[in-house]
Amino acid sequence: MSNLLAARVQMEISLAFHMIFAAIGIGMPLLMLMAEGIWLRTGKEVYLLMAKKWAKVTGLLFAIGAVSGTALSFELGLLWPKFMAFAGGIMGAAFALEGYAFFIEAIFLGLYLYGWDRLSPKAHWLCGLVVAISGAMSGILVLSANSWMQHPTGFDLGPDGMPTNVDPIAALFNPGWFVFAMHSTIATYIATSFAVAAVYASGMLRGRRDEYHMGALKLAMTVGAITALIQPAAGHLNAGFTTKYQPTKLAAMEAHFETERGAGLSIGGWPDVENRELKYAITLPKLLSIMASNGDPNYEVKGLNDFPVEDWPNIYVVRNAFQLMVGLGFTLIGISMWYWASRRWKMLDNRLLLLALVASGFMGFTALEAGWFVTEVGRQPWVIYGIMRTEDAVTPAPNVVETLIGFTALYILLTVTLIGILLRMRTGTPYTKGEVEKQSEDTGGTQVAPA
Amino acid sequence: MLPLEEILAGLGVAAIIAYSLLAGADFGAGAWDLLARGPRKNEQRETIAHAIGPIWEANHVWMIFLVVILFSCFPSAWAALSIALFVPLHFVLIGILLRGASFVFRAHGAQAAGFRSAWGPVFGAASVFTPFVLGMCIGAVSEGTIRVRGSEVLSGYWSSWTGPLAWTVGALALLQTTYLAAVYLCVATEGELREDFRRRALLCAVAVPVVATLAFPVVIIQAPDLWRGLTQLHVIPVILAGMVLGVASIWFLWTRHFKLARVAVAAEVIMIILGWALAQRPYIIYPDVTVRDAAASPGMLRFMLFSVPFGFAILLPSLWFLYSVFNGKNPAAKEQPPARFTGPGTGASGYVVARRRGADRQ
Repeated sequence: MSNLLAARVQMEISLAFHMIFAAIGIGMPLLMLMAEGIWLRTGKEVYLLMAKKWAKVTGLLFAIGAVSGTALSFELGLLWPKFMAFAGGIMGAAFALEGYAFFIEAIFLGLYLYGWDRLSPKAHWLCGLVVAISGAMSGILVLSANSWMQHPTGFDLGPDGMPTNVDPIAALFNPGWFVFAMHSTIATYIATSFAVAAVYASGMLRGRRDEYHMGALKLAMTVGAITALIQPAAGHLNAGFTTKYQPTKLAAMEAHFETERGAGLSIGGWPDVENRELKYAITLPKLLSIMASNGDPNYEVKGLNDFPVEDWPNIYVVRNAFQLMVGLGFTLIGISMWYWASRRWKMLDNRLLLLALVASGFMGFTALEAGWFVTEVGRQPWVIYGIMRTEDAVTPAPNVVETLIGFTALYILLTVTLIGILLRMRTGTPYTKGEVEKQSEDTGGTQVAPA
Repeated sequence: MLPLEEILAGLGVAAIIAYSLLAGADFGAGAWDLLARGPRKNEQRETIAHAIGPIWEANHVWMIFLVVILFSCFPSAWAALSIALFVPLHFVLIGILLRGASFVFRAHGAQAAGFRSAWGPVFGAASVFTPFVLGMCIGAVSEGTIRVRGSEVLSGYWSSWTGPLAWTVGALALLQTTYLAAVYLCVATEGELREDFRRRALLCAVAVPVVATLAFPVVIIQAPDLWRGLTQLHVIPVILAGMVLGVASIWFLWTRHFKLARVAVAAEVIMIILGWALAQRPYIIYPDVTVRDAAASPGMLRFMLFSVPFGFAILLPSLWFLYSVFNGKNPAAKEQPPARFTGPGTGASGYVVARRRGADRQ
């Protein structure tokens, strides 16, 4: 295995792993806050128990996110030293601000997780609010660095190939930031809320119908439905950016081999790169042109034939990941509509719906990862789009295959352990205080742990 | 007025100091978890777990700060370090991942399997291993074993960081973190448990000066330029102050003035790192990369510098709030110990006040 491939795979595994925990670190605080807020307003203890349960899970997963994020901040340099030598002094501003946001998040999460008995309920809730805001902010800020790699701004290329006239503010506010940050941040809420919904739907599949399960599912599906519904709009803005600044990536996403006016939107199919065609796809006439130009059915959409082959990303990965993401996104919208309709007409006792909700837990995260593959594999062969190729950024260190094996093994070990712990944390509906007291009277004072 | 890049290098040193005092102590506490012995073994481990639980993640962020300062303000130096220290920094990452993960795994497995779950020893071992290797990296940038020409690293992937000075600094870093942790834990405990940690602290109080003394000939022979740096007129007082504070910390421990011992040991660490930084100046990587050579554009340096007062205006009150809440001084709280301490099965009889041990250790 070449150094370049090993470094890319190590980066992909580290990011794919971290991304799940980063998303949960953004999404879960919002759900926790909502549950705790309902408890504060209504005094219903199930919502307090819910918030406490979610806080526990968040504490566990946030820690993994924090340490895997640390690993990434090093790996940027360890695997891509020439990229960091070039880019560190330009896009570092995003990381510096992200550092503050993450610091705040870590501080207030500590307060939230360990402060139940030490803070007044309102102060505790406010700490959670700070966690939710700073968590989202740290994600948004890191995305500035990522979107800078897609469309680098804020510097001139000097005669020695290194940047001059660096303007870190211009780099921070690079034009892709807003659409990237919006699309990705919404994706974290989608992935998290459908995953939470899946947990409680699986409880309901086992016959639980109490307020704890129903309430948690409703809460998760509130966030899930809203965010899933607005996501296509955010995605469309993102595609508009890509059309303008990364036409190669857009052509790869659409498997659009020939430049044409009045281009159709292809759904499904399989790209045949050798023969430069998309097979077995359903094509909706002119729709791609309309979407790319926001209304002009005869707009010219650039095809891959306009770009040299050595500048193409991997068409199979980009196209199929894109289809997967879009397909799952719309499926999630469908499932959330199904849920709300069933709720409206009191038909929640539907095994099929519950099974779909359980499946949606995996779909959200799969869509998140697939979308990230589209962005990052679609950027290839560049590490900084149009400026530096990935192969020129890789470390000369000879040990990348070894570190790849080590990190992969470590991440597998952590994943397996986590799954085991999370499965053990499914304790069913926790008992409220009243129930615990009643039980301990019944059993003569010895406490009974929730089953 | 110092040039911009020197101020930012100073900020980097401040991040190293903060990381050593805060996260360093968390690592040291993990080492004491590994070495928990005697009749109060489980109580020792519980104290450690509850002391670092709410704060280790926040403490750890100082490392990210240092990394961000390095790659934003000194990108070429960071690139060279990433190549030369490819192997040890990967070890550090594995240590950081395993330490953090095992800590939360163990906490969540605790109800079922107690502190003896398989992740317990991993937590301890990673807490010993990580500061040692980080210390080796610090030693390596002073020892002259990393050679850089332009953007090329000439020295080997193992020889860059395995010189005698690197091993010595690694050992010193490990001992120093265990010393810090033992002293902090004395403050956080009472009664016999406190005596346990006091004995451990005193053990370190003997070991640190011994290793430090052994370090002198290594520095003189292996890094004569660092030695010249350490013996400059303006550096000697800093090093001497560190030594005096070290002795003072032992005296305070001996006479059971634990809070004073905590102040003294923290101040000693500050002085030692400050002394090293002054001696190392102007190099980031001795002898080929200086602060000035590696500095990023003035625009970036200014941005980083100006972000500091704003960032810290939010950060410092937040940190104060965190430490004071878990030190039991928060006025908003109903004063009661956390529920988990009153439950049956925790073994000990109300010995613990779940105190934050680091409240006023700034």
